[in-house]
Amino acid sequence: MEKWENNKAWFLVVPVLAFVAFSALIPLMTVVNYSVQDILAPGESVFVGTEWFKKVLHDYRLHDALWRQFLFSGLVLLIEMPLGILIALAMPKKGWGVSFSLVTLALPLLIPWNTIGSIWIIFTRPDIGLFGAAINSLGLAFDHTRRPLDAWITLMLMEVWHWTPLVALLAYAGLRAIPEMYYQAAKIDGASAWSTFRYIQLPKMRGVLTIALLLRFMDSFLIYAEPFVLTGGGPGDATTFLSIYLVKIATGQFDLGMASAFSLIYFLIVLLLCFVFYQVLQNVGKGARI
Amino acid sequence: MKLEWMYWTPITAGFFIIIALMLVGMGVWEVIAPSIERRRFLPISTTRGDRFFIGLLCSAYINIAWVGLTDWSLWFALPISIVWLVIVMRFG
Amino acid sequence: MKGKKKTIALAVYFILLFLPIYWMLNMSLRTNADILSTLTLYPADPTWKNYIKIFTDSDWYSGFINSIIYVTINTMISLTVALPAAYAFSRYTFIGDKHIFFWLLSNRMAPAAVFLLPFFQLYSTIGLIDTYIAVALAHCLFNVPLAVWILEGFMSGIPREIDETAFIDGYSLPRFFVTIFIPLIRAGVGVTAFFCFMFSWVELLFARTLTVTSAKPIGAVMTRTISATGLDWGLMAAAGVLTIVPGALVIWFVRDYMAKGFALGRV
Repeated sequence: MEKWENNKAWFLVVPVLAFVAFSALIPLMTVVNYSVQDILAPGESVFVGTEWFKKVLHDYRLHDALWRQFLFSGLVLLIEMPLGILIALAMPKKGWGVSFSLVTLALPLLIPWNTIGSIWIIFTRPDIGLFGAAINSLGLAFDHTRRPLDAWITLMLMEVWHWTPLVALLAYAGLRAIPEMYYQAAKIDGASAWSTFRYIQLPKMRGVLTIALLLRFMDSFLIYAEPFVLTGGGPGDATTFLSIYLVKIATGQFDLGMASAFSLIYFLIVLLLCFVFYQVLQNVGKGARI
Repeated sequence: MKLEWMYWTPITAGFFIIIALMLVGMGVWEVIAPSIERRRFLPISTTRGDRFFIGLLCSAYINIAWVGLTDWSLWFALPISIVWLVIVMRFG
Repeated sequence: MKGKKKTIALAVYFILLFLPIYWMLNMSLRTNADILSTLTLYPADPTWKNYIKIFTDSDWYSGFINSIIYVTINTMISLTVALPAAYAFSRYTFIGDKHIFFWLLSNRMAPAAVFLLPFFQLYSTIGLIDTYIAVALAHCLFNVPLAVWILEGFMSGIPREIDETAFIDGYSLPRFFVTIFIPLIRAGVGVTAFFCFMFSWVELLFARTLTVTSAKPIGAVMTRTISATGLDWGLMAAAGVLTIVPGALVIWFVRDYMAKGFALGRV
């Protein structure tokens, strides 16, 4: 099914461009301007060329934060995507269970992000939190404020708790769109559950899984509010992800130029990875479509 | 309307003007002679616009690598980026 | 047998999902002193004090009203501009279509922290600071691309013969779009509205930066629970429980659309 070729379609896109360009381009240009200058006082600045970029690229704490960020986003995707798909596969297909599951899944998604952090602070406290108390009663010393590993475990738990429902919701919607006849055909062929999944369900879910993967990648790579509230980047630098470090530079040291240079590099990394993911997901299975 | 807070400099202004002109140029080129998707050394089949985007993104990384790895002026990275952009556009 | 195992696994997952929310509910029904002194699995002496405080203190309830107003404006703007654009992307090819699509998406990828300052300056310059429309517009940055994406997926699922038939019958594009096409993708509009609502509701960096007092979102009001004596956990938990309610209502209304499913993209 070829699309109609018509450049008049541009007029339909113009409203979107107007809305988004206004909010996107002017701040982006301003950040580029910041990044090549040293702003001494409002309205007073010196051109410094690539100095800030040089400083950012040679900042070892930043390198550490970057690897930490890759590890975090990688783990998030590795856990949340399969788990979300499994949940979607297990969800009921009719009856009251559908409404119940959908509404339940949405609950964690609807809490403002800083509140999520606050809930988990108290939830994991050994003295008054359910999770902390339960772990401690098992005889394990658990303290996310002092031990880096515990801080990571807590953050991952929070992140998986918070965002897996998004993947599950999208995957479920993708599964429900598959017409019943595909399953019947698979049954007649005597296909196993795995091959039904691999050759029917997974390819049909490609569209929604692309959205889920890109959203989860972007949001986890840019994560700020939840770890900031829960651990504040600590203990030490153990959970200082890129955004947390960025805010430390921007507000803690008032290095607007450096923070801007950092933001632009950060943005380029996300842009490149999203482009690669997008292309891979668009092209995967294109040849082997059923 | 006051716009001092944008802190324009001649170099960044020039940068954005050139990018904008290149985008307009690509648009005009596409109207005059629409491009066909093809596949050469890049791992995906691309149109001219795709190659332009890939070339620009690579150029950004070339410049960053230049700043990060060398102490020479960024102006030397510019011809490399342009050459790379041309290679991607022509042979990619 | 296999179905049963699945159900049990799902039930376990839902219980785990509920635990932190239950804990919040539990805290919201207790006084702060009680929360900080003992660990109880259920409120031994439940009190509505925290909720009453939120519903009677204008700072608190106006935070909720502000959030609901700008989220609603944002959802409406997002849908209004995204519908025609999504139609264009799903039906036509035009110069730069793929690139515009990806560029739209790229607006979600910028780290907000530094971009907030020019944002604040920009909205000050045009005199929109501390208004609902400012936050609604700022949230368009990440909601419009998502709305276009999801809607485009739904629209691609509608065969193009329907458009062609309508045009042959003498429908103009706007009339066809409003009277035939939008009803056809009702489900898509509902699902998109939910996602726009959700992402705008939970976002705080923009909302907090662009507001001072009169459009302050609930999330920002909640940071006020930090007082001289420390955090008022009970109050915070009660507000947290209440923040779930509007979104839960929205998903309740669109649950059937969600359950119908969407594959997004040409399957």
